[in-house]
Amino acid sequence: MHNEPVDYIQRTLEQYANLGYPPYQWVNNPGDPPFVPLGKALQDARVGLVASGGIYRHGQVAFHFKDDCSFRLIPTTVKLSELRVTHFAYDLTAARVDPNVVFPLETLRDMAQLSRIGELGPHAYTFMGGIYSSRKVKEILAPAIADRLVKDGVDVVILVPV
Amino acid sequence: MSSAYSITRSVNVPRAVYLDFPLGHTAGKPGDKALQRKVMIDTLSALDTIQVPGTIRSLPYRWAATEDWKDQVMRPNSEKTEHADARVERTTDPQYHLEDDVRAAELNLARNGCADCIWPE
Repeated sequence: MHNEPVDYIQRTLEQYANLGYPPYQWVNNPGDPPFVPLGKALQDARVGLVASGGIYRHGQVAFHFKDDCSFRLIPTTVKLSELRVTHFAYDLTAARVDPNVVFPLETLRDMAQLSRIGELGPHAYTFMGGIYSSRKVKEILAPAIADRLVKDGVDVVILVPV
Repeated sequence: MSSAYSITRSVNVPRAVYLDFPLGHTAGKPGDKALQRKVMIDTLSALDTIQVPGTIRSLPYRWAATEDWKDQVMRPNSEKTEHADARVERTTDPQYHLEDDVRAAELNLARNGCADCIWPE
């Protein structure tokens, strides 16, 4: 089965069983997801970036490890040297060497430079995943970030989970 | 963008690209700007071309010559489970990356409550 994706839902089930925990209730949304075609050329689009890898900027309060539903505004003009990464649930080695692996800001700046997109929105939004309450994410965190993105006037958003 | 196919399938997002890399590399490998750009170009292309809601498009890049890395991921009793172990201590203390981030954040909090840190209710 080596060419198959790692089944994280199945492995979490195994790990929780091994630890004697009840099974984790993964989010499952049946049916067709909402779908809005991109109404303009990417070259003309303002693009947003949202990442859950625990990225913050030097000077900001870092995330904590207990259902942290806060988020950070990071100007898309930020220097990469000011970016920091914290998270309990993945190996941070690569992200701390090059934040673009979980927060492709420089890559998207390059895309704008190459005219593959119109421009970036004014801010990227970051939070730290591993929030056990999917209800809090759905009812509190996601709508708060969505409001900001609408105010930023972005046409499309790249979501980067870890 | 996703490196966890089953989770993205279950969440059922409008459209996605799947990169079959270990978690922590959703957008590519560190320092490999060429690969990061290719992944992003494919991601943008998916936005333009995916027509069917819920489509997850697999990207053609491989993490390594073999798929052996997959054997160790989250396997109980393996040595590499420390980051994924549910027993990691959970507190509400901020977990800073670098030591001097602490002082900078304190100054920022004192100055304006960290205006770009948002705690939604």
